[in-house]
Amino acid sequence: MTMMYNIPFIAVVTMIFIGLYAVLFKRNLVKIVIGISIIESGVNLFLITLGYREGGVVPIFTSAPSEVVKNAPGSMVLPVPQALTLTSIVIGVAVLALMLSLIMHIYDHYGTLDVRKIRGSEE
Amino acid sequence: MNWFELITLHSPPLIVAVPLLTAFLTPLVSKINDTIRNLFVLIMLGITGLLILILGYDVLTNGIRVYVFGGGAPLPSGMNIPVRIMFEIDGMTIFMVIITIILAIICILYSWSFMKKEDGQDKFYTLILLLVTSTFGMELTGDLFNFFVFLEISCITSCALIAFYVHKKESLDAAFKYIVISSIGALFILFAIGLLYAQYNALNMATIANAIQFTFFDKIVLVLLIAGLAMKSGLAPMHMWLLDAYSRSPASVTFILIGATLAGLYGGLRVIFTIYGNQLLNTGFTFYPGLIIGIIVTALGVLSIFIGVFMALKRSDFKKMIAYAAVAEIGYMFLAIGSYLIGLALSAPDNPQMLIAGTYALKGGLFHILNDALDIGLLFLVAGAVYYATKQTSLNSLGGLARNMKYTTIFFLIGLLAVSGMPPMNGFASKLLIYQSTYQISPILSIIAIICSIMLLAVFVKVFQSIFLGPEIPSLKDVKEVPKSMLAAMALVAGIIIFIGLFPNIIIDNLVTPAAEALQNTTGYISTILGGV
Repeated sequence: MTMMYNIPFIAVVTMIFIGLYAVLFKRNLVKIVIGISIIESGVNLFLITLGYREGGVVPIFTSAPSEVVKNAPGSMVLPVPQALTLTSIVIGVAVLALMLSLIMHIYDHYGTLDVRKIRGSEE
Repeated sequence: MNWFELITLHSPPLIVAVPLLTAFLTPLVSKINDTIRNLFVLIMLGITGLLILILGYDVLTNGIRVYVFGGGAPLPSGMNIPVRIMFEIDGMTIFMVIITIILAIICILYSWSFMKKEDGQDKFYTLILLLVTSTFGMELTGDLFNFFVFLEISCITSCALIAFYVHKKESLDAAFKYIVISSIGALFILFAIGLLYAQYNALNMATIANAIQFTFFDKIVLVLLIAGLAMKSGLAPMHMWLLDAYSRSPASVTFILIGATLAGLYGGLRVIFTIYGNQLLNTGFTFYPGLIIGIIVTALGVLSIFIGVFMALKRSDFKKMIAYAAVAEIGYMFLAIGSYLIGLALSAPDNPQMLIAGTYALKGGLFHILNDALDIGLLFLVAGAVYYATKQTSLNSLGGLARNMKYTTIFFLIGLLAVSGMPPMNGFASKLLIYQSTYQISPILSIIAIICSIMLLAVFVKVFQSIFLGPEIPSLKDVKEVPKSMLAAMALVAGIIIFIGLFPNIIIDNLVTPAAEALQNTTGYISTILGGV
């Protein structure tokens, strides 16, 4: 049963390593960006997984079961990880858009997306 | 409560809010007129500077300030854990914020003429102000996630500014490299913050520092945070982005990027000294983590100095040489900080020698943050002026500029002497502190530091010789001196450099010592924050 709870963490580590692999070894700029996106999803999944508390109740006051509100008001979880994840997703979208627009400009100038061919003039 | 107390009370959020609002008002104001827009930005930054002075005076006289967003003491439910975002301001914060505002004001002044012919100036000013905002945020905040958000804002705006010359493929390349490296670094920092949250249920730095156990996960977090922030501050071997970013962006952007880079260094200091302060800052031979971290940081600092100096020697591009020198200067700061950690770990109650030497190293390192920003900044401004006048940055195609650009030549000479630590410039004051104190820790460190400093002098004398002296080059016959606003900006930096060089005690006593004491006083920081919530 403990294995069950570890599955999300295994997924997190796997995703981060897949993303790092893509960033380090792929030669296409778009694939590098995809790699970063996968790392980001991994980190977001990590944050969300942290938010899970066994026996906790969703912190929406009106939709909580009435016996929970009455007997165990402390069982509502503090929604900080969810808030963090939302913020992180928004930031991620901005970074993603910026990277893709840079790629568009790079393609305009170099006519290729292969990192081996894209070199700023070495003086 | 009169208005002055009210402003003092609310100055921390205003320092972030004023540049932020100005950033989004700038495109509107620039519909009227370019001059009005520039004046508007300068005045708003001046107001921010005033707020910083008020806050600085308050903090340096009354001690650490805490500003809790959304009201004071416990939540309505009686919950006492600090769940709210808060700003925490101590001597170190004030020191960094003052550096940032100096850089920001001079950058705007310089850009007045420098960017005049460029398109998209309204967006340029918006991005500069957002970068300034994020730098302030990183320095003021006491909340780890808040720190991450400002770090990401800093990454995004820096990237957009590095790519400001969209028509040049080199700057696009540099910007892409920067955003890839910095977003991966930021994601790992977020991962580390998640690990801390998982263990201690808190994001507030003081709360975490109070609760930290130095478990296996905490060690991973320490490594991730230091690696991510050292990357952001351009420490070797993670300096590659910095070279391209510094040398391919407009000079005024580079000038403000230095501030953002130093905010990364500040984050690293906060991690070592505040969050892990109780674990790392212990005296006595028996405690190893502090010693190990100290040795690693020192080694990386020395590596940065070596790489920066030796690579600068064989380059022939003006801006790239300064960028390498910037890497070397970052190395000096890390060398000093590492020396402090080593000195602290090696000292014992009956042998305070090492601790005294370490404290001097820390002061020298912090003082060098200010001096590096000004020295390297001045050199970049001069490089920008040369580029503005001639459209060249390669040493091979420049020469004899001293005839037509008298003032720029003088400013370059000042920057050259300052960066290589010659008296009577400011670089001498801080580097002397570093030499003296590292000699106590290990003579080899100080020998390396002195030799590399002399080599930096050699590098820039070569630059001086080939750009400003020598025979006149026919194609550069009609070069004119740069416009007044650029000269004024450079003169301002040069003036501050000479002032600090002549009276280093004023700065050390009033700014650097409070900063060093604030960093060393982890317990005081934690108790002030936790008591004030």
